[in-house]
Amino acid sequence: MTSRYARTAFAALALACGATAGTAQTTDKLKVGLMLPFSGTFSALGVAIENGFRLHVAEQGGKLAGREIEFFKVDDESDPAKATDNVNKLIKRDGVDVIVGTVHSGVATAMARAAKQSGTLLIVPNAGADAVTGALCAQNIFRSSFSNWQSSYGMGTVAAKQEKKKTAVTITWKYAAGDEMTEAFKEGFEKEGGKVVKQLTVPFPNVEFQALLTEIAATKPDVVFAFFAGGGAVKFVKDYAAAGLNKVTPLYGSGFLTDGTLEAQGDAAQGLLTTLHYADGLNTPRDNAFRTAYAKSFKLQPDVYAVQGYDAAQILATGLKAVKGDIAKKADFAAAVQKATIDSPRGPFTMSRAHNPVQDIYLRKVDGKENKVVGVAAKALADPARGCKL
Amino acid sequence: MAAAIAGPLLGPYWADLLVKVMILSIFALSLELLVGMTGLVSLGHAAFYGIGAYATVLGSGAEGGNLIVLMLGAMGAAALYALCVGALSLRTRGVYFIMVTLAFAQMAFFVFHDTKVGGDSDGIYLDVRPTLGGLSLESRHALFYLVLAALAGTYGLLALVRRSRFGAALAGIRVNEQRMRAAGFATYGYKLAAFVMAGALAGLAGSLLAVRDGVVNPELLSWHTSGDVLLMVILGGMGHLRGAVIGAVVFTLLKELLSTHALMGPLADHWQLTLGLTIIVFVAVLPQGLMGLAQRLGQPIGKGGKA
Amino acid sequence: MDIGTFLVQCLNSVQYGLLLFLVASGLTLIFGIMGVINLAHGSFYMIGAYMAFALSPLFGDQFLVMLLAGIALAAVLGYLLEWAFFSYLYQRDHLQQVLMTYGLILVFEELRSLLVGNDVHGVKAPAWLDGSFALGELMSYPWYRLFASAACIVLAVGLYWVVNRTRLGMMVRAGASNRDMVRGLGIDIRRLYRIVFAAGVALAALAGMIAAPMSSVYPNMGASVLIICFVVVVIGGIGSITGALVASLLVGFVDTFGKVFFAEISGMGVYLLMAGILIWRPEGLMGRKA
Repeated sequence: MTSRYARTAFAALALACGATAGTAQTTDKLKVGLMLPFSGTFSALGVAIENGFRLHVAEQGGKLAGREIEFFKVDDESDPAKATDNVNKLIKRDGVDVIVGTVHSGVATAMARAAKQSGTLLIVPNAGADAVTGALCAQNIFRSSFSNWQSSYGMGTVAAKQEKKKTAVTITWKYAAGDEMTEAFKEGFEKEGGKVVKQLTVPFPNVEFQALLTEIAATKPDVVFAFFAGGGAVKFVKDYAAAGLNKVTPLYGSGFLTDGTLEAQGDAAQGLLTTLHYADGLNTPRDNAFRTAYAKSFKLQPDVYAVQGYDAAQILATGLKAVKGDIAKKADFAAAVQKATIDSPRGPFTMSRAHNPVQDIYLRKVDGKENKVVGVAAKALADPARGCKL
Repeated sequence: MAAAIAGPLLGPYWADLLVKVMILSIFALSLELLVGMTGLVSLGHAAFYGIGAYATVLGSGAEGGNLIVLMLGAMGAAALYALCVGALSLRTRGVYFIMVTLAFAQMAFFVFHDTKVGGDSDGIYLDVRPTLGGLSLESRHALFYLVLAALAGTYGLLALVRRSRFGAALAGIRVNEQRMRAAGFATYGYKLAAFVMAGALAGLAGSLLAVRDGVVNPELLSWHTSGDVLLMVILGGMGHLRGAVIGAVVFTLLKELLSTHALMGPLADHWQLTLGLTIIVFVAVLPQGLMGLAQRLGQPIGKGGKA
Repeated sequence: MDIGTFLVQCLNSVQYGLLLFLVASGLTLIFGIMGVINLAHGSFYMIGAYMAFALSPLFGDQFLVMLLAGIALAAVLGYLLEWAFFSYLYQRDHLQQVLMTYGLILVFEELRSLLVGNDVHGVKAPAWLDGSFALGELMSYPWYRLFASAACIVLAVGLYWVVNRTRLGMMVRAGASNRDMVRGLGIDIRRLYRIVFAAGVALAALAGMIAAPMSSVYPNMGASVLIICFVVVVIGGIGSITGALVASLLVGFVDTFGKVFFAEISGMGVYLLMAGILIWRPEGLMGRKA
């Protein structure tokens, strides 16, 4: 009996090996692995990132630095427990030259660890975990998006300096990204003389906020800073307004509170102030061209995730051009990217020594279904890259 | 068996996947000791797996540490938690037992997810893999044979348990606990011993996983992980040690195949749908799990679907 | 915490508890009477919420009519599902049902993604419930939340009445305690099961529809309510509607005050509660001795 199972299992394995070996035959194409959420809560983000990336490749005539691109896709399911296996599908099975991914911070941390070990080039198009360009930073790891610290520090300074708020309460999910964002807000806010009087948390991904809204009402701070995303962001903003708190205490947020969620939030979100590295109504020729092209290609309006995907491709193109398509020259690749200015739809940015964008953080105000830019919260803000030894 | 021994020749990815499948097999076997052999269905088994993994990473210092010590430590930590959980939860039975084990697993999950004990929700990673004597486990082959040996050891141990007096008592408890008690068996003690042993073996699996991945995160303790391993045991067919291993192999490979673009084309993007339908069909035609199929194949094939 | 805040927090607890009850009641019915461990219950909640999203533009302010239409649709769905998937599972091991309903979760989730997409959508509350009233000087309370609570109470009373005072309820109770006896009395147990299952699905979908304007609709929303519902059902005692109500309220209080006083570990609160209760009473608060 036993040997029969073994034979069946072996046959299945051999079959699968053969199938992948077949695709591995193609040469000269640059293999790009997209490890993104294609199912579950973040799937819309995964699609936007992929679209953005493909748009830039298409604009270059389907080639980067003269090399055609072959895509390999893996659904990361936003599950950190499966992250190592999923990233190994790309590194070890498909033998990709570059990995692009992902959205979820926990998954990205595991990816960064795997990339650090294998030396495969990794470009992170969203996950803001500070560690990716902090403690885990490496020559072959880049980020085209933001660090959690970056996205919220500016809101803190604006709240204290420009809006003259004295006391604040922060609220977020109890997990790493939430902690990093609210701590960054606190750092910025208290540096400018404000005081964070309470830091509230909800277990992730619980969306029952009523108890903490009552706490906020009882504490009566000058301002509330919130970080939630997706369904949680929609519910929080609606609950906040329904409780009447938006009339007495303004709600500020990390940009993710109102990105991709405005249609669902409706009136409740009007007038909210948030900070992020992208905004609607930038009205620069670069951004307008990008938005038109994106809308034409995908029949969708682009969002910040699409921009991050697009810029991941730009970073890859920049480095690749410098090494004339020879991806093995990691040091030259990194040096070229670090010297370059990336002409992003968000506005040009450079890369820090830890390979995180040094970028303007916009102050945005919700107006209708748009996050309209109203100013710059922090000019050319660089992540402190704590723990990075590059 | 051939596949297992020739593993490293398969190329890095498949060897790596095989290691994962073997680790999951150990994990599934440890649960089979509870579900199939003792009749205790636990939905919190991931807690011991996760604790084993975390103990390994937390215990290894900057130099990596000695693997044997780390593995024993991981098994000890998992067994200790299993002792506490088992002592309390074995007062309940049936669905209530399922839920109490879930409750204790969720508590452990939140400890690692919400506090700084294990580096919070993004998890922590090994700087250097532990060593075994002079052998570095950075080597793929060393890790492969280590896991293979652990699987063989676990399988052998459980096979022995099955044949022992202890195993017979567990089987008796599964069939009719009242009668066992009437016959003078202290069933609570037997069940607790099985629970702790299962916890320790799950800890071993977790420890090996930590060595393989180099990263651990709270998701390892989540109820999804508990659910997945339970599915493996059910899919394979309860009551057979081979069933647990087959379940782990089939569940992992099935998902792998259904989500591979090279094989499934665009349908791979919808692996949830194909996997879901496959599972439903499995349940419809294989009431006894895959082991039932294997047994039926020995005889003339009957009509599927009739239970 | 002053007395005003305390009272508001109590209101929050009751309100959250009642919502939980709405979802959990269907689960406890199916679970207790048919012995089916239905992991797909969260999916029915999700289906309800997406139904509200799809139907509300058609019905406009006729919110109650929409709820009735949704209930009917969900009941039909439940009836068909029972016929297609569950009817031949009763003789099987419970764990086969776990496997089957797990498969259903994956199928429903992917179908949702194919049919509606993966964006977050808001659902408008009907105009006659849109607005809020002041609650002390602290904050205001939305009318819709109050309506949801009221709906839950009406439902709880209705369920209690059906289960304890009608012939159908009698059969259901009898079926829960002794299946063979009911069969012996010449009651068509298959039909009874089909009705109970349809009712359970309808309850979950109703909960989803009522929750939709408050929580909006988004992928994986079903998974998040599933576990907490099982917790409620088990604390209350399987099959007991009253138990589910008491347990829902308990969970509501523990969750609410846990978040306020023990934020750092509040995720653990309800599980501590469940473990404690089951160790004290191994068959739940109102469960029958096994």
